[in-house]
Amino acid sequence: MTDHAATVPDRPAFAGTGLHTSDAAVRRLRARYAANRRLQAMGIGAISLALGLLGILLITMVSAGWTAFFQTYVTVEVDLAPEALGLEPGTTEPEAIRRGDFREVLIDSVAARLTGVDDATARRALRDMLAAAAPITLRNMVMDNPALLGQTIEFRALASDRVDQVYKGLIDRELVEDRRTISDQQLRFYDQMVEQDIIAAPFNWRFFSTADSRTPESAGIWGALVGSFYALSVCFLISFPMAIAAAIYLEEFAPKNRWTDLIEVNINNLAAVPSIVFGLLGLAVFIQFFGLPRSAPLVGGMVLALMTLPTIVIAARAALKAVPPSIREGALGMGASKHQTILHHVLPLAMPGILTGTIIGLAQALGETAPLLMIGMNAFITQAPDSITSPATALPTQIYIWADHPERGFVAKTSAGIMVLLGFLIVMNGMAIWLRKKFERRW
Amino acid sequence: MTNVNAAEAQPNVPGSLRYQEASPVAEPGLSVKMTSRGVEVYYGDKRALHGIDCDILTNEVLALIGPSGCGKSTFLRCLNRMNDTIDVCRVTGEITLDGEDIYDRRLDVVQLRARVGMVFQKPNPFPKSIFDNISYGPRIHGLARTKDELHQIVESSLQRAGLWNEVKDRLDDPGTGLSGGQQQRLCIARAIAVSPEVILMDEPCSALDPIATAHVEELIDELRQNYTIVIVTHNMQQAARVSQKTAFFHLGDLVEHGPTEEIFTNPRDERTQGYITGRYG
Repeated sequence: MTDHAATVPDRPAFAGTGLHTSDAAVRRLRARYAANRRLQAMGIGAISLALGLLGILLITMVSAGWTAFFQTYVTVEVDLAPEALGLEPGTTEPEAIRRGDFREVLIDSVAARLTGVDDATARRALRDMLAAAAPITLRNMVMDNPALLGQTIEFRALASDRVDQVYKGLIDRELVEDRRTISDQQLRFYDQMVEQDIIAAPFNWRFFSTADSRTPESAGIWGALVGSFYALSVCFLISFPMAIAAAIYLEEFAPKNRWTDLIEVNINNLAAVPSIVFGLLGLAVFIQFFGLPRSAPLVGGMVLALMTLPTIVIAARAALKAVPPSIREGALGMGASKHQTILHHVLPLAMPGILTGTIIGLAQALGETAPLLMIGMNAFITQAPDSITSPATALPTQIYIWADHPERGFVAKTSAGIMVLLGFLIVMNGMAIWLRKKFERRW
Repeated sequence: MTNVNAAEAQPNVPGSLRYQEASPVAEPGLSVKMTSRGVEVYYGDKRALHGIDCDILTNEVLALIGPSGCGKSTFLRCLNRMNDTIDVCRVTGEITLDGEDIYDRRLDVVQLRARVGMVFQKPNPFPKSIFDNISYGPRIHGLARTKDELHQIVESSLQRAGLWNEVKDRLDDPGTGLSGGQQQRLCIARAIAVSPEVILMDEPCSALDPIATAHVEELIDELRQNYTIVIVTHNMQQAARVSQKTAFFHLGDLVEHGPTEEIFTNPRDERTQGYITGRYG
């Protein structure tokens, strides 16, 4: 018993022989304190376990994904002589420039800095060290600004995934040559680049400005972000007004009878329906029956709205119920009609609660994958959607697609995508808390 | 017990006239403002009021007293149909305002509540500014055509509620920031702003301290010049101070109804006597 001495004195002040001071009573008292401590310890244990697992998740994710936020580039001076590009001297026509041979010129420029690029095999090896997107970026630069023709410019060429992986130290150079994606010859070129300090990995802005790609070095999250934004906007525009209307009717107007009980039970059940079922419904009704486009954020948003509706209805009803009846009576007692009472007094007071519920519902929808798979938002789409009807992916489906790819670069992209998704979820939940704090009113 | 005869309440009854003569304030009009005949209220299957017959005269203060659960608040809420908001509540019988049946289907309940205003037990200002609290009623009823008129209504309502001097410099502050007594006077001003004919008060002072209570009681006495007031109170001294007529409710019956002085000095029914002398309640 001495180990509890800090909290329970060995012998309580009232020790004696009375009903509440006898030895038996003191033992009962000690047992009660012990039970308290056990309960507390179990709670602390549960929380530490949860926090520990969360920590492990975050550490693995960040350690696997942080490299995706940096991208390797090779910086070289490129001589954009029209003759070398196979263009007529003096041309400024974008369509003519498009036909220029930028790839060979770019490889020439890199080769000029290295030794040992003396045959076609070496050239091919060097070509595979640059991203397929690099000459296209150079071409687009010149098409946007034809005055560059004839000049020598400094160009940052995107390196291919294998170089990127070596630069980030993710490929073991000691492996046998045919067990790694980069050849001995390419490693020799790479070492020369490092020696001349023309290779570097700055922050990967490209990740936030491009859509999906066949190659990991070019793949970005922007397309999925826009797709998710469109889908969530559609989801919000449909579910928010519908849910508020439904909640107001059920809470303020509906008579209490068997039908409204049935509706209430069904709304609560709807919130627990597996999301893939909503996806099937979207596929069958929106795409098959109404003929809406596949893979479109419009359909994605509609399906997510079905999922979000019950969440918002339940939150809105709780918020309306929490408005004190004295406010309703005050308004009605002044001769305000029912709709004036609701619109002028009850709804504004319930709004913080409704908004909190809405944001939490939308955050759920943002992370929802299954229904989007059913309606084809997991397609390979290399452009950000320009409207709600053009094909798109969403954040969770993009993560799902990348997780399926074998290339090492996509492993990091997958974790990076998850980090972006979690970042948005944290922002949205933070917003919900902020709104609740800001608009909370006393009455 | 519905044996209270309505004639007692009529001004041509001697007792009533005696009271009128004894009253120190200006003689009120003798017309009947509201009448209630055989009013019964059911909450589901439970009968809460057993046929109430009662008259309320213009410009008089009628106090409803009685032990908890006797039906006085229920009766008060019948007078502007606030009971409509309770699903299981059903009202039978006839209540008139200036001779019109207020439970008539053709009557608009919104208009009725504009004519019969209400002040509640717990001060319930809207969580808006003081100005908006007062101007809300005039606005929804379209009583002011211009901003100036609205300002005038707000000022005069606050003045009549005796709150103007305390809040004139902070009309934009939230009404919920005032003290309890000020909040209740704000609620009274809010009710006055709509220019009702009758004001119903449901234990308006039960949440207030003695000083705030005194303020509100003075106010009720002044308001009597322009309005007919029905007040529910648990405090018999308050009933004696502010009212001209008192009605004693017991277990859903209107046991006794008459001039306040008579009820308190010479009650006819022994239940009334028991209550006012504190034997139960």
